Amino acid sequence: MKIMHCPLNGPRNISEFTTAGEVGEMPDPRQADDAQWAEHVWVAYTKVGVVKEWWCHAPTSYWFIAERNTVTDEILRTYPANEIYRERKHFGAPEDHGG
Amino acid sequence: MSIRAGIATRDKHAGRDMTASTSSAANSGQNRMAAPAGMLIDRDRPITFRFEGKSYQGLAEDTIASALAAHDVWLLGRSFKYHRPRGVRSMAGFEADPLVQLEHEPNVAADRRKIEPGLEVRGQHYSGSLENDRQAIIARLSRFLPVGFYYKAFFRPQGVWQRVWEPIVRRSAGLGSVRTDSPHGYYDKAYGFYDVVVVGGGPAGLAAAAAAARAGAEVLLVEQERALGGSLNYARFDAEGVRGTRLRAQLVGAVEHDPRIEIMTEALCNAWFANNWLPIIRANRLYKIRAREVILATGSTEQPAVFRNNDLPGIMLSSGAQRLLKLYGVRPGRRAVVLTGNSDGYGVALDLAEAGVAVASVVDMRANPAPCPLSMAARDRSLAIVTGHAVYEALPTSRNRHVRGVALAPIIGQGQCGPADHRFDCDLVCMSPGYTPAYQLALQAGAKLGYDDSTAIFSIQGLPAHVSISGSVNGACDVDAAMADGEHAGWLTARTLGLYAGTEPELPGDRGERGINFPWPMFPHPKGKEFIDLDEDLHYADIVNACADGYAELELVKRYSTVGMGPSQGRHSALATARIVADVTRRKVAQIGVTTARPPLAAEKLGVLAGRGFEPERFTAMHHRHLEAGATMMPVGLWWRPAYYGPRERRETCVREEWLSIRNNVGLIDVSTLGGIEVRGPDAAELLNRMYTFAYLKQPIGKARYLLMTNEAGTVIDDGVAARFAEHHFYLTATTGGVDGVYRAMLWWNAQWRLDVDIANVTAAYAGINIAGPNSREVLTGLCRDVDLSAEAFPAVAARVGTVAGVPARIIRVGFVGELGYELHVPASQGEALWDALLVAGKAHDIRPVGIEAQRSLRLEKGHIIVGQDTDAMTSPHECNMGWAVKLDKPFFVGNRSIEIRLKHPSRRRLVGFEIDDPHSPVPEESNIVLDGDTITGQVTSVARSPVLNLVIGLAYAHPRVETDGVIHIKLSNGRMVDARVVDPPFYDPQNKRQEM
Repeated sequence: MKIMHCPLNGPRNISEFTTAGEVGEMPDPRQADDAQWAEHVWVAYTKVGVVKEWWCHAPTSYWFIAERNTVTDEILRTYPANEIYRERKHFGAPEDHGG
Repeated sequence: MSIRAGIATRDKHAGRDMTASTSSAANSGQNRMAAPAGMLIDRDRPITFRFEGKSYQGLAEDTIASALAAHDVWLLGRSFKYHRPRGVRSMAGFEADPLVQLEHEPNVAADRRKIEPGLEVRGQHYSGSLENDRQAIIARLSRFLPVGFYYKAFFRPQGVWQRVWEPIVRRSAGLGSVRTDSPHGYYDKAYGFYDVVVVGGGPAGLAAAAAAARAGAEVLLVEQERALGGSLNYARFDAEGVRGTRLRAQLVGAVEHDPRIEIMTEALCNAWFANNWLPIIRANRLYKIRAREVILATGSTEQPAVFRNNDLPGIMLSSGAQRLLKLYGVRPGRRAVVLTGNSDGYGVALDLAEAGVAVASVVDMRANPAPCPLSMAARDRSLAIVTGHAVYEALPTSRNRHVRGVALAPIIGQGQCGPADHRFDCDLVCMSPGYTPAYQLALQAGAKLGYDDSTAIFSIQGLPAHVSISGSVNGACDVDAAMADGEHAGWLTARTLGLYAGTEPELPGDRGERGINFPWPMFPHPKGKEFIDLDEDLHYADIVNACADGYAELELVKRYSTVGMGPSQGRHSALATARIVADVTRRKVAQIGVTTARPPLAAEKLGVLAGRGFEPERFTAMHHRHLEAGATMMPVGLWWRPAYYGPRERRETCVREEWLSIRNNVGLIDVSTLGGIEVRGPDAAELLNRMYTFAYLKQPIGKARYLLMTNEAGTVIDDGVAARFAEHHFYLTATTGGVDGVYRAMLWWNAQWRLDVDIANVTAAYAGINIAGPNSREVLTGLCRDVDLSAEAFPAVAARVGTVAGVPARIIRVGFVGELGYELHVPASQGEALWDALLVAGKAHDIRPVGIEAQRSLRLEKGHIIVGQDTDAMTSPHECNMGWAVKLDKPFFVGNRSIEIRLKHPSRRRLVGFEIDDPHSPVPEESNIVLDGDTITGQVTSVARSPVLNLVIGLAYAHPRVETDGVIHIKLSNGRMVDARVVDPPFYDPQNKRQEM
């Protein structure tokens, strides 16, 4: 069984992990047209080569990012998500919304 | 047969002479040699077992096959297709022919399984008796059973395969039979971690393990046989025949005395998986072993020669004959012909001669073999030697039961013989045409197979990091070379591990690859029956014809002809097949290779894979109280929950009484399995606003609010309630089955959003009790002094923190069952105490615990959906009438954009309520389809007969056009139709007055 290095828990059996697919930029929901949004929701690109993927260490629910070669299945690097996601994400002013 | 009978009689006399000292050995068969022959057997422990209904005496540590061979029983089974008699061949397991049937176990390798007292053994795959198989007639039809026969013969007319041919083929093919009343076995699993795992305990593996351990590595040495030593245990390396024993003592001694080496014998490393993860099977236990470094010292497999009737009992691999002699002290025959293409054959001839077997001739396929110590010793012993010849045909006794002689012919070209010019009577043919490295694990690890035309031997290249091969699997065929190669592999591995391993040992100079494989030991015969694959009964022409039928690639030849698909998995056929395909298609053997090596290496039992069950179960804090109350429990996800309180036969009464107790009085429901999530921090409300469809930023403190979650596709995936206890603190519930996914989704989104919030799954930390019914306030008031429970101070959907029966509690007024009710969330450790206190306090009101069957029906009366039951993988909030809980004017929530898009398109279905008031009408079941003419428009998702309303009520997906008071048509499980009237839920208390009391 493959071993994956979790940035939080160290090397663990791959069966302890789940993946949420490739790391991708969500289009701006207010800018994207319907076709672009549908593509975002439904299309996976299954790229050949090195991809960035979301992985979760299931027992600890810890999400991180792995760079993996989809041809050789070699995991090149794993690191915390905040290496990519550094800023608080905003979706417009909240004050006039909600209730 | 006259020779055999004659010798047998003489042997019996010889045996009788010895009875004084070793009586049990004498009874253990006329072919049993005198002590000390047979390194494994225990002559002091005779064991009686039965084969085909007849009793035989063997010795402890005998295999079924060796014990029978000692009694001159060679016929063990019938072949797969032609039902030809078959016997032992390798004495190493792995092939189909010696598979036998035990009482409770089919397909047991007779040449590996030890005998036990009273063991009942039968042959497999015959009709009538093993000796006289009625289906042996099929062999005569062989020319009508060409390669690809099944593909060619059975496909028309349509349906004839299923009706006519398949039952016939299934009866006449196949292996043993399974008894469904066999007792359960105990299987389990173990785990281990080592610096180095050495697979194979032959000369190379022993040397490698010793070298690695000497440098300080923790080593596991895995050997599939009972004794370490590999070929040292049975092969002959020198004229005197003493070297193997000496080397074995030296190497095994070193390994056994090293505390850093753990030895596992009779253990099969059945695969190589990524990152050196090895499943090792030993008896009924599966060891899951992780190794930093793996050394594969798997050795090599002796190959058969290919000539007419090469499958007869009495024809075996030389190593098979040597195993019988050396391991079990059994003479494999009385008069032998040894067919060889290397010097090892002369060693076999010497072994046989020393054991008292007459050697009729050594037939050397090489025209001018270079003399070697073994061949010189054979000459010194005056053994007859014929060179440049092949066994062109083996001659059978009647009905092919045994070999009775061979016809030799001169080799005049590759696979070509001149006219037969020698004939020898014999009852044993030993074959030594060469070897194939045991490449399976190496190829699973990603190595590639090559073929050197000059040595006619497969080679292995391109192993991944942290896996190495050594010994004859690595081409170090000579025993000294194998040991040196093992020593080097152990040293290199230790160095890779960062251990000090001293100076580099020398690699062997001469590896002994040259001359070990005769390049073309295959001699097609005009009458056929030169078997390439004995498991599948394929002869030479079958492989040639598969190529002629257009299948030039090996993977296709395999699938078309079935070559290599039997139990031996190509161990004895892959090399021959590759050579033939290369020859026919005029390519190099290296270009043909072998078919993809996949785990498992050998057959493994399902029990080994299953092992003991580790199914987790979850119990709530009140679990024992439910059992004491006589509840019938049911699984909900991993949890066990009370379905109703009473025995199965009182189900209807119990559910009805529980149902009415909540409507008319007061009941307790254990809701501990509800998910609990704490969200704290300045962004707590913002997180909820983004994760759920409703609005939460302005949710007042002390109030609860409905939660509806959709995924990015706008599909409903969970619901619950959020209670706000502070500006920065929400306590959320989620569905029993959904909470883990909800929690994980929150963490995933917030890994991207970076909101200032802490999210914790506290499901297991809290017990939950829903006390509901018109009298619930009264019961609770008696136990709770610090919270004003009056309708004014604590209205519906309010949330408070207080103390109930001395237990700190979060109290939420929610109306899932549609009555006045409170959800009490308390530390799990005190759930049982609170449950008890509530039952005592409610005694005056005749309070009763209520199970989930009643709870589900109560919520159905209110038209409340259960996510996952009334929704599916495509349900949008608006389809299930939850549009009111969707705030599309928020800046964002997961699913909002998809819901907007879905609302632009006409909906194809809608969840509607329905009623059937005719008391004699059949009641639909959940998942019954709803039809509009011929069109399926949906299905029933929930249904129950309400004792309160005296109606059948339910929820179903129907065409969105269907209107209130209209009719939907439901097709029952028995095919009948029933009509139901469409109503707007809730069915009960539509003004929601009761839950707001």
